[in-house]
Amino acid sequence: MSPELGRFALALACALALAQAVLPLSGAQRRDARLMAVAPGLAIGQLIALAYSFLCLIYAAVTDDFSVSNIAENSAVSKPLLYKITGVWGNHEGSVLLWALILGICGAAVAAFGRNLPTALRARVIGILGGVAAGFELFCLTTSDPFDRIWPAPMDGQGMNPLLQDPGLAFHPPILYTGYVGFAVPFAFAVAALIEGRVDAAWGRWVRPWAVAAWCFLTCGIALGSWWSYYVLGWGGYWFWDPVENASLIPWLSGTALMHSAIVVEKREALKIWTVLLAIGTFSFSLSGTFLVRSGILNSVHAFANDPARGVFILGLLALVIGGSLTLFAWRAPSLTAGGLFSPVSREGMLVLNNILLCSLCAVVLTGTMYPPFMSLLFGKTISVGKPFFDAATVPLALPLFAVMGIAPMMPWKRARMWPVLRRLQAAAIAMLVALAVSLWGLKGVLPVLASAFAVWVIASSVTDIATRIALFREPFSRSLGRLRGLSRSAVGTAIAHAGVGVTVLGLAGMSQAQHRIVEIAVGQTEHLAGYDWTLTDVRTRPGPNYTALAARIEIRRKGRIVAVMHPEKRSFNAQNQTTTEVSIHTNLLSDLYGVIGDQHGDAAHRTYVLRLHYNPLAPWMWLGALVMALGGFLSLSDRRIRIAAPRRIPVGTAHVDAG
Amino acid sequence: MRKPVLLLLAGLFFLPLTASAVDDPSEMLHDPKQEARAEAIGSRLRCLVCQNESIEDSSAGLARDLRRAVREHVAKGETDRQIMDWMVARYGNFIRLSPPFTIATALLWGMPLLALMIGLLSAVIMFRRRKSEAPAPLSEDEAARLDDLTSSGERH
Amino acid sequence: MSDQPSPSPSRRRLLMALPVVAAGGAGVAFWRMLSGMSSGTFNPHDINAPATGKAVPEFERLPDQDPGQGFSSAELRLQTSPVLVNFFASWCIPCIAEMQALLELRNTVPIWGIAYKDKPENASGFIRRAGNPYVKIASDRQGRVAIDWGVSGVPESFLIAPGGGIAWHSAGGLDNSAVRADLSATLKRLSA
Repeated sequence: MSPELGRFALALACALALAQAVLPLSGAQRRDARLMAVAPGLAIGQLIALAYSFLCLIYAAVTDDFSVSNIAENSAVSKPLLYKITGVWGNHEGSVLLWALILGICGAAVAAFGRNLPTALRARVIGILGGVAAGFELFCLTTSDPFDRIWPAPMDGQGMNPLLQDPGLAFHPPILYTGYVGFAVPFAFAVAALIEGRVDAAWGRWVRPWAVAAWCFLTCGIALGSWWSYYVLGWGGYWFWDPVENASLIPWLSGTALMHSAIVVEKREALKIWTVLLAIGTFSFSLSGTFLVRSGILNSVHAFANDPARGVFILGLLALVIGGSLTLFAWRAPSLTAGGLFSPVSREGMLVLNNILLCSLCAVVLTGTMYPPFMSLLFGKTISVGKPFFDAATVPLALPLFAVMGIAPMMPWKRARMWPVLRRLQAAAIAMLVALAVSLWGLKGVLPVLASAFAVWVIASSVTDIATRIALFREPFSRSLGRLRGLSRSAVGTAIAHAGVGVTVLGLAGMSQAQHRIVEIAVGQTEHLAGYDWTLTDVRTRPGPNYTALAARIEIRRKGRIVAVMHPEKRSFNAQNQTTTEVSIHTNLLSDLYGVIGDQHGDAAHRTYVLRLHYNPLAPWMWLGALVMALGGFLSLSDRRIRIAAPRRIPVGTAHVDAG
Repeated sequence: MRKPVLLLLAGLFFLPLTASAVDDPSEMLHDPKQEARAEAIGSRLRCLVCQNESIEDSSAGLARDLRRAVREHVAKGETDRQIMDWMVARYGNFIRLSPPFTIATALLWGMPLLALMIGLLSAVIMFRRRKSEAPAPLSEDEAARLDDLTSSGERH
Repeated sequence: MSDQPSPSPSRRRLLMALPVVAAGGAGVAFWRMLSGMSSGTFNPHDINAPATGKAVPEFERLPDQDPGQGFSSAELRLQTSPVLVNFFASWCIPCIAEMQALLELRNTVPIWGIAYKDKPENASGFIRRAGNPYVKIASDRQGRVAIDWGVSGVPESFLIAPGGGIAWHSAGGLDNSAVRADLSATLKRLSA
């Protein structure tokens, strides 16, 4: 397991990926069954080579092989084992390798689960994934070699920023990357469809699970990142509209649109060209977002050390992947056939509205993120686009989206009438009005009031949707239960995911009512915040493995009864000359009590400490909601129709009306 | 250290890596109303050395100085507008987290409406065209035949 | 949502080509940004504080910073030849890198230094070690005056034209040759 073997395995993977791109694609073009048949084997072979290469890097990190420059720069003997492993992808070179590995997994997954696909389509999809993977592996080998040696090897590595030594952050990148890279599969399906010149219901049904799976991972990845900043940074912030965050939100928004428009393709054979464009766009956003952030063009604190060679290579790769696929789109899309008919008031109509709103949101976030560098390039003017802009520009688009979310799942396909649907949603509407009244009375600000009312609307209508489907209260309970078991998992998944959005929005509305106080008090003193008494009972210095901590003890009482005892710390890492704050959070799932200790002032006799105390109502709901969304997505993935009954493609030339 | 560049890390991760911000409570204004106003103004001002945080969220030295400046102006009874102008005169529009509406930023501020309009308009065109192509109402038989004809015509 | 047979096929073709055109435009822009960044002509992180063209901000006489004397905005305005005002600090690493350039520059233009948020003893130690390029040195202990100048970090330099207008401003170190060339061009223009 030497670094050289790792590099060799990477080169081998690159060669296999090239073969995986060339052979099946030309095979599909020439209808050569033998050439097409090598696709799955090559994809799996590429994955094995990549996995071996990745293991070599992990092995070097675990065995403290500081002759590998990447390990020497990012690891140290004293680093805990977990972070030695996760630190492998905590730097540029390692993360590119991880990216390639996940792409390899995607290709192998299509090879393994795509057995019911038509041979030519499967060969093309695997071939396109191979082409993209080859590009990244070449990038890794030529400009970002993680196996580079240094001589003489240092005795110890430079270590890792203590802020990053955190379990939340350790698993954030792989999950987020799986989301980003997962959208490569719908992308490959879209390009394959353009080459074939054919998009139909079956195509929609094949694409959808891949889009849903990628979306679930992206949702979890974004939520995990947001949660990490909430508990690590020490002032209760959870979303900054930083370019890095936006780079993940943009593909999330377009991916959400894709997931929904693919339903219309599957059920009604409409929105086909649009869905193909969304599939290409979503992966393009994933790619360009992450890599633009790394090039330093976007004004983010996360920029890597600037290497022009890398920037040029990345741009070339983007031009090839994005430019190539969009050129193919411009060339082939006009010859794709038109879709089925439907009225604006129908499930499809609502999904069109969903796509318009989601894509408008996506356009707003994209424009806001890209405006500063373009302003600077075109007009030589400097501006900033931050939270106040994004808050003002996105909320008016999000609220109607929530309104539609409640109605759409209950709308019949093709042609519907609004009134019967709305009548069935009576209970949900009443719940919304109650929520509106309650929040008007209890919440500050117009937007939080509206947001919480709409959030309740979304949750209540999701419940109503399921209740209607199983005829709850209209039939005996046991029969309803039986119906629930018979209900398609994708319908239940939809309802759960929608309810998850409502939960997240409630969390956001709650957080807008957060209270905090910064105080400077001595041991024994008590502070009041949000109905709680916070008493600083003790502060002491505590030695840690590679730091010394100033550890406080705060007792929180409500009406005299102890609710929680907090132990926030301030840690000084001597090696890195850096301090971190260890936030102490006490949650009861309805609200977070959040305490931070800061500087100390005064001499030994009159010592005071700066404390930052937060009361964050509904804070955990923001991430719980995201988890619920992902759960809904995974549930719909387990739907029978997706698992077993692979759709048969209707032979060309036969009539076909409605797949749903 | 000019502009602390944090090269820590892969561009993947979220978020400004300044574990911050337990500030000095002595910098806060005594009048809670004034303090709330100062916080509101500060949250619209960008910390110049940490890129994407507001000065209220940052523990950087300059952010602290600017916080103090905002509070002094608030205590003097200046309007939000005056304080904003004072900041922009020194640091330019970079310091405003929400950019001013000018010809150059019209596309930015107009984007929500523009995107929505383009989307709705193309949907309307689509539905109109579909309608004109299919003079409803058709009987079920006719509809089936039409679908039949169009789908077989489409595929080749 | 362009999923319908358009009345004219050519318009439909045009519509379908829009994405690639937009992506191509963005690609060209990114290319220009990247090449501008590597040649130093484009910096997306620049604050571009609007100092140039304005009058020197008013400030009372700042205290002396050993080994030099402090000064006020009035003194700056009275100068009859250009003056370079340089904000620096002993805790700033780019300031050390910049020192050599300053020592060379002092023969072309008088340099007045302002120690930014620095302990007087640290600042004087720093200057004594590096060699003193400054005619006058003032101390801005709290960094209040620097805010009026729009200083966001050190080093930062301002060229003051006779009469007290800010003729040129750089938020980067003068060790960068492109910045120095820009400065000498401005100096030439002022003396012409």
